[in-house]
Amino acid sequence: MSVDSMFVHKMWDDDELSKMVKGGVPFAMLSDAGGKIGKLYGIFDEAAGIETRGRFIIDPDGVVQGFEVLSPPVGRNVNETIRQVQAFQLVRATGGAEATPSGWRPGKKTLKPGINLVGKVWQEWKTEEAFD
Amino acid sequence: MAEEASAGCTRPGGGPVAEEPAVEEVPTIIKKEETAMIKVGQKAPDFTASGYQQGKFVNVRLSEYLGKWVLLCFYPGDFTFV
Repeated sequence: MSVDSMFVHKMWDDDELSKMVKGGVPFAMLSDAGGKIGKLYGIFDEAAGIETRGRFIIDPDGVVQGFEVLSPPVGRNVNETIRQVQAFQLVRATGGAEATPSGWRPGKKTLKPGINLVGKVWQEWKTEEAFD
Repeated sequence: MAEEASAGCTRPGGGPVAEEPAVEEVPTIIKKEETAMIKVGQKAPDFTASGYQQGKFVNVRLSEYLGKWVLLCFYPGDFTFV
């Protein structure tokens, strides 16, 4: 979503993005003229009149589970976004019985918060796992 | 004369050039603009928006996606570089 009109979105997809992504952008490119929605989400830059690089993960109940906001010159890491969605999906599937420690990705060990884990995380999870 | 502008990652903007402000006669009403960051664990504010998708112009309402995971991404502008 950006402040550009749907007409400009079409031209950008036709002229450039479809040359990068086969078949063009698959998802909806939305228009937020005047930044009204961006203001609602707290990421509209009033002085520049543009949206900053805000990214929101919204769960099936419509609840915001995470967000990230970057200033314009630095792009997002899509793999990290997908990893976060996978982590939130796991937490949701377990009804909150499991949590994902730093560096978690699918297949790696989760933690089961509870009285028996208090003070014992050092036995269950090693710092190196945050980086591998 | 128009100056050449460099193309960066933000859309170049413009605006009125401030002149000497007129004497304010009307009492200023402080209108609080809702620009506060939203919080995790909170409902995502619902909205409708027009857009373009796969050869069609579309209207989207966020709440139509209840039951699905949604990634909502804002970006500075079409034809910017990043």
